[in-house]
Amino acid sequence: MSASVFRNAMTLQFPSLSENESFARVAVAAFVSQLDPTLDELMDIKTVVSEAVTNAIIHGYEGRPDGIVTVRATIEGETVRIEVEDQGKGIEDIEQARQPLYTSKPELERSGMGFTIIENFMDETEIVSAPGKGTLIRMAKRIESRRKQALFN
Amino acid sequence: MAFQIELEQHRKALIVRLKGELDHHTADLLKARMEDAIEREGALNVVLSLRELSFMDSSGLGVILGRYRQIAAKGGRMVVCDVAPHLVRLFEMSGLFKIVTMAPSEQAALAGLEVAL
Repeated sequence: MSASVFRNAMTLQFPSLSENESFARVAVAAFVSQLDPTLDELMDIKTVVSEAVTNAIIHGYEGRPDGIVTVRATIEGETVRIEVEDQGKGIEDIEQARQPLYTSKPELERSGMGFTIIENFMDETEIVSAPGKGTLIRMAKRIESRRKQALFN
Repeated sequence: MAFQIELEQHRKALIVRLKGELDHHTADLLKARMEDAIEREGALNVVLSLRELSFMDSSGLGVILGRYRQIAAKGGRMVVCDVAPHLVRLFEMSGLFKIVTMAPSEQAALAGLEVAL
């Protein structure tokens, strides 16, 4: 008999207002909490959601408040998958955007570390984007503490 | 969840104490307050106290780098203190420790600046 894999899912949708950056990361962190992550893992999740949503607002919608940002999160066993999507202007050169310290908006004092942080904190990262077609960031992370705990159950 | 900034003009440095969550939404406020204090009060060195900072992302790194450039242009130095472990990782990743010193406390940060001057 195979053990059934725990599954859960959520979707958030909100306008591209910077006020919603903290709302998004806190909501996703609360959702992920059911896997009993460590504080470090939770902080990683909050940080990457913050980076991806901020990218959608600043770069996707270029500060316009009338865009829609969608955040989806799923739990499958011990893995959390998070997607952040916008219908904004898209990324012309994804390789360049991923480079540490690269920013298309130096005048805004952006550090250019967003994607580097996402790739470091998550186990898998995928960027799907084209000019005029918006951007979708897919990320996945295994919650280690849950795995270790499962060994004892 | 709110973000608060406390500024104190010390003899050797401008002490900036951050509380709450520093992200893109709150970064502009920090930029304006620090820019103003550095220009108007003529602050040369900055001690950034992060003891009560519960969250920071790359938007915070951007503002810190910007203020570092502002004081470095005048020969000033920046010290960060009471940095939580997850923020240490963020700073390491961005190479910030190549230009900014880390100290365990505000007192140690100020003492470090005394010795160096």
